[in-house]
Amino acid sequence: MDAVDGNAIGGLLHEVFGSEMTAAMSVCGSCGTARQVGELAVYAHAPGTVVRCPSCDNVLMVFVKIHDRTCIDLMGLASLG
Amino acid sequence: MSPVSRGFHRRRQDSAENAGRVPPGQYVTKDFPVLSAGPTPHTPLDGWNFSVGRPGRQRTWNWAEFRDLPSEDVTVDIHCVTKWTKLDTAWQGVSVDTLLDLAGHDGPFAMAHCDGGYTTNLPVEDLTGGKAWVAYAYGGQPLEPEHGGPARLLVPHLYFWKSAKWVRGLEFMDTDEPGFWENYGYHIYGDPWREQRYAGD
Amino acid sequence: MAGTALRGRLTWQVAKVVAVAVETASVRTIMLDVPNWPGHQAGQHVDIRLTDEDGYVAERSYSIATAPGEPVALTVERLDDGEVSPYLTDELRAGDELELRGPIGGYFVWEPDDGGPLLLLAGGSGIVPLRSILRHRERTGSTVPVRLLYSSRTLDDVIYRGELDQAAADVEVIYTLTRHQPPGWAGYARRVDSALLAEVAWPASAMPLAYVCGPTSFVEAASQALVRSGHPPRRVKTERFGGTGGT
Repeated sequence: MDAVDGNAIGGLLHEVFGSEMTAAMSVCGSCGTARQVGELAVYAHAPGTVVRCPSCDNVLMVFVKIHDRTCIDLMGLASLG
Repeated sequence: MSPVSRGFHRRRQDSAENAGRVPPGQYVTKDFPVLSAGPTPHTPLDGWNFSVGRPGRQRTWNWAEFRDLPSEDVTVDIHCVTKWTKLDTAWQGVSVDTLLDLAGHDGPFAMAHCDGGYTTNLPVEDLTGGKAWVAYAYGGQPLEPEHGGPARLLVPHLYFWKSAKWVRGLEFMDTDEPGFWENYGYHIYGDPWREQRYAGD
Repeated sequence: MAGTALRGRLTWQVAKVVAVAVETASVRTIMLDVPNWPGHQAGQHVDIRLTDEDGYVAERSYSIATAPGEPVALTVERLDDGEVSPYLTDELRAGDELELRGPIGGYFVWEPDDGGPLLLLAGGSGIVPLRSILRHRERTGSTVPVRLLYSSRTLDDVIYRGELDQAAADVEVIYTLTRHQPPGWAGYARRVDSALLAEVAWPASAMPLAYVCGPTSFVEAASQALVRSGHPPRRVKTERFGGTGGT
């Protein structure tokens, strides 16, 4: 299954962060690559949504829908904004 | 309350005759959906090996050695936490009992380690007694990379995220440390018959 | 600009299907009436949500096919093994309701002030948001030069063909047909690669703004070829649809 990109989760990101996020700049906590969220690699066919650095595959964000809540992990990011 | 979309229904196999085989909250599919948390690894067979043990004291097999081990053909039902169930899936692989007979048991829990970095944890009790395999063929064909080839763990009595794709080893642990999905809120054990999808269920 | 919902809550709302138009054998355009639609930008998309009688929910995203100021329309390609797309293309009809939220997106958008020249690379149904950009450019009277390279399996699979063939003189449309070409076809007949782009695309020295949209494999190949030939990555915007359909 091919990865998509951050555009595909624009709705999810807006829901979670309260504003449009696909143009926001992310910095990978592992390799330091800076990319707009729309360009991040997104694996959306999984028990959760996994967002990875397109340069080094490091996991940047994970979204899991647990019952009625969306749980977010952003530990792989150095920064987002 | 969302309106019902006129005329829309999900694909599913009529399951009247499958009663008793479908855990709560699941629906039967004829497809074999591909779910992945990352890019598909493509490990060449001459670079593949499988290890069982702890760092520093492991038993390792290369591909040829692994294929020489006694294997079994098994047909099992599989249940994904994303709610699809697939009945009568046919696999060929090495029983984890065979591997542990050769490598020894060295702890009550195990972490499966995989190409691409995926991990999942299981009690060793759930890997033994004829309940688990390292499978390298599906439907009579070599396991395709998108479904976990060259080899994946097969533990059908638990949710299928425990049947780790691209598996390369089992590491014994003293405690039940969470693997990839368990870390993000999925259930530490994952029994589909008790609908243990998320931590706390 | 008219409300783009950049900030503030993104809420689900119920839209009414006004009409379903045939684009190609497997593609339909669904025209919608969305109450309180805040307006959108060219390149944005919506999420739609379907619910069956058992409460099963399926969600998908579709690019908005129309320009800002036009009624919202979605162009959907039927995927043979799809769960949602066949419903949208074959079952949905005027008067039906569709739950949607949007508009969504801020990265893959174009406004006339963003300038150009514009290089639009479409793979299969990736043409949809690019068509919104083309219509927006025309409706605003922008004179930014534009080239569209559209990769499709066959000529019959080209979406909006009539509209594209009638595009203004300052819109260059180049097709490449990868699977089958009509008799006498003198155009390109292969997948987009570096050599094709070297012939067709604005050179890096022209500093074009590129928008690449389609299946992931198409977007990866085309965008990487552009960057390798010297286009700065920040001037190459990408939107991946996943799967391999349509190119």
